[in-house]
Amino acid sequence: MTKPTNSPDITPRKNSDGGFYSDVVKDHFFHPKNFMEDESAYKADGQGVVGSPACGDVMRVWIKVDPKTERLTDCRWKTFGCASAIAATSMMSTMVIENNGMTLEQARQIRPQDIMERLGGLPARKIHCSVLGDKALRSAINDYYRKSGQIDKIEIEQGRVIDKVLKITDHDIEEAVLEGADTLDKIQSKTKVGTGDPSCIPEVEQLMKFYKEKYFG
Amino acid sequence: MPNNPLSFRPERKSEVEKSHRTKPSTAHRVGHGLRSVYLDNAAATPLDAKVLKAMLPYFSSIAANPSSLHSAGQAANKAVTQARKSIAEIINGHADEIIFTSGGTESDNLAINGIISVIPISNSVIPAKAGIQNPMDPRIRKDDKRESLPHVVTTAIEHHAILELLTRLQKNGAIDLTVIKPQKNGVVKVDDIMSAVNDRTVLVSVMYANNEIGTIQPIGDIGRAILKYRAAKRGTLYEVRGTFPLFHSDACQAAGYLDLNVEKLHVDLLTLNGGKIYGPKGIGLLFVRRGVKLSPTVIGGGQERGLRSGTENVPGIVGMAKALELVQKNHEKESKRLAQFRDRLIKGLLRIPKSRLNGDPAERLPNNVNISFMDIEGEAAMLYLDAKGISCSTGSACASTSLDPSHVILALGMSYEAAHGSLRFSLGHDTIRSDIDYVIKVMPGIVEMLRKISPVTLDMSHF
Ligand code: FES
Repeated sequence: MTKPTNSPDITPRKNSDGGFYSDVVKDHFFHPKNFMEDESAYKADGQGVVGSPACGDVMRVWIKVDPKTERLTDCRWKTFGCASAIAATSMMSTMVIENNGMTLEQARQIRPQDIMERLGGLPARKIHCSVLGDKALRSAINDYYRKSGQIDKIEIEQGRVIDKVLKITDHDIEEAVLEGADTLDKIQSKTKVGTGDPSCIPEVEQLMKFYKEKYFG
Repeated sequence: MPNNPLSFRPERKSEVEKSHRTKPSTAHRVGHGLRSVYLDNAAATPLDAKVLKAMLPYFSSIAANPSSLHSAGQAANKAVTQARKSIAEIINGHADEIIFTSGGTESDNLAINGIISVIPISNSVIPAKAGIQNPMDPRIRKDDKRESLPHVVTTAIEHHAILELLTRLQKNGAIDLTVIKPQKNGVVKVDDIMSAVNDRTVLVSVMYANNEIGTIQPIGDIGRAILKYRAAKRGTLYEVRGTFPLFHSDACQAAGYLDLNVEKLHVDLLTLNGGKIYGPKGIGLLFVRRGVKLSPTVIGGGQERGLRSGTENVPGIVGMAKALELVQKNHEKESKRLAQFRDRLIKGLLRIPKSRLNGDPAERLPNNVNISFMDIEGEAAMLYLDAKGISCSTGSACASTSLDPSHVILALGMSYEAAHGSLRFSLGHDTIRSDIDYVIKVMPGIVEMLRKISPVTLDMSHF
């Protein structure tokens, strides 16, 4: 039985200078696993799609679920993006169906850093691509619950509002950090956080520190 | 499956190639049995063996400081003087008009900062409105202020060394800036430039040939139009009669293939660099026409007429002169040879469905091919090509540190997606016909593979 790995948050640094992509990344990039070959012939139980605000990339995920066990029996994907985006989705699709498949609740818990760890790390400026896959997966899971009438199980990702004027959430801050904003200035130039409600700035700085440590060690 | 793109096995070189060169440098082509096709010459060129040979003595046996009066120093000095003279001859200028720098970026910066900082500040902040003397006068509106600033005209497809600097100066309130969009084919219209020029314009900067899409700009025509404008103009706030606007052009990409005669181009300032013309990296120059006043950006011992202090990079200077001499001597023949390959490559790649050539097919450098493949992302494509031994580059957002797609391709009015899927192949001296055929052979499989895993299918009627 697989559980989402509870590894300590990984530091992508080891690959961030020079060498660029790890062998695992290269393998999944050059030999992508489980990608969707023929959509029209595929009966999906759920599907989800996300786009990246950072570089305009798109990712689509299809899942099949065993209704009795609510385990994933198949996970297919398509990705428009760079090598790490492709490798991350490929790796994710492998992780959720290996060893008889994760339960939907387990799959929902999968985090970008779990995928990154299995990939042997990603270059720092490529981490933001790896957060797309699990987002698309969660949206596919919601889609499955919707289709199977389990409306109560749908989880809309909302996040906690930090800047009440501009309605900026902790997710927005997290995303900004993942996209490389490592100072308050850079976070503000990406999100405008605190320009409407300056009183939230200390909290933004806290969050920035937290996410920086979480993702970059 | 012979043509299955999924089986990414490195390609072996089977046939023995005959290079056009008398002494083919095949060592780098056959290493490890993986065929190596370098098509990124717009990013960097390999050092020409003759250039290296010319440079070598100046690393060791003639290594003194050219400013030293002893005979060792004078030997180095002589080499620098000789290099300056030979470059001046090539571009039809004078030796004292050549300022050596560390490369294209520094030359561009020297041209722009050098001009902007000689403009008297008091003049540039006090509006030319009768009666107002004090820059803090509350009657001065923001627009008045802008309208009193020195004005610069440039294009939307310039190199970052120009655009980033100019937008920064604009943000800091040091200049008023007009950025001209090229036509859809990536060529700027002379009229569009000239209609932006006004009495406050101190500088027009237009690149000779674009580094991403290779389009060639009508520099001579713009230069002539500016001369005419200057002649008809009376003196203004900043100048005695007819000095401004000055005309600068970045010719880093053009130097290997186009005519650099400054009298035909009518430029006042011209940027060149060594690393794109089979010379060494870390060396460049700015041609500064006699009579053009610049303020220095590097201050110190007063070398390079005080405009660029610092002990001269003697081997670099010698190498730059040799490299420029070699590429210019051969540029017509080499242009003809590469233009054929270029057109062959364009034709071959455009056979792939949903592909578009970026930039004019004819008004472009003979070594530049830039094509967008819709529905795929350029960095992924570039790395798949790399696995086949082919080096090229992309305008994709994913490949840029800022995660912004190519500003050049966007400036053509192309979509974000087109920039995302763009690949640039830049040919060079080592390129042979079978390199081109090799790319044409492997590209379709790569595009097909990446399209298979892409969720995007754009409607081509939008392009
Ligand atoms: S998908 Fe755009 S950078 Fe990775």
